[in-house]
Amino acid sequence: MSNNNPDAIKKVSIICANGSLEGVYPSLIMANGARMDGIEANIFFTFFGLNALMKKTVNSLKVATVGNSALNMAMPMMGFPITTPFPTLLGAIPGVSNLASWMMKNEMEKLDIPPVDEFLEMISDAGGKIYACKLAMDMFKLKIDDLVDHVDDVLTVGQFYEISAGSSIIFT
Amino acid sequence: MSQIEIAELNVDLDDQGYLTDHNQWTKEIAVAIAGEEGIIELTDRHFVVIDFMRKEFKETGTGPSIRRLTKQSGVPTKELYALFPGGPAKKAARIAGIKKPEGCI
Repeated sequence: MSNNNPDAIKKVSIICANGSLEGVYPSLIMANGARMDGIEANIFFTFFGLNALMKKTVNSLKVATVGNSALNMAMPMMGFPITTPFPTLLGAIPGVSNLASWMMKNEMEKLDIPPVDEFLEMISDAGGKIYACKLAMDMFKLKIDDLVDHVDDVLTVGQFYEISAGSSIIFT
Repeated sequence: MSQIEIAELNVDLDDQGYLTDHNQWTKEIAVAIAGEEGIIELTDRHFVVIDFMRKEFKETGTGPSIRRLTKQSGVPTKELYALFPGGPAKKAARIAGIKKPEGCI
């Protein structure tokens, strides 16, 4: 049934400024979820969020295992209680971030959460718009060719606000 | 077709307009609900989606995620959104006579 609530959200613009696995997925899930409900969706990737758009990094995003105080050993596959901390020194050992990321990706796949490149394609095919921040592109010396094909445009902050007219802006 | 006319087809809907019993579903009901959702004609491609959703629901007790739906039914994402404009998961579930989908993907 169509939503008759006059206050119903019609458009969202989501800003993704983090390039870790746990920093990127919330933006993707919220944008895709918006499209599923017929809500217009834009995602604006800036700073390290650009890692989610770069061809070279799109499928190798990692969970932050150092300096991530929220991380614990309960990652389902390890079977520890959720209160067991994940020692940051353990996280610094080479390969640990890879392992943790691999485990998390496996768990996500079980829940039907796609890998980042497939997710971007899904959102784009669903009519969501994907934008990269011009200033961050300049800073990292990136060209549009360095980004995956689903990127619609490279925008300045002003242009982002323009295309966001009438939308709720979400900073994840 | 209005809510009342759908009701004349002897079908029980919950307060959000989803069938409470998927066994009551008929193609006639699907057409009626689709009309109410603004889909004038249900094509064969709509029924590929609807049939897949009903099959999935009978097997798992819940509708498929969009990703599963597109991968398994052979209806790509773009087409799915074109077939059910303005929110494919919920619209298709309603037309297919199954529960409102609960997944986030």
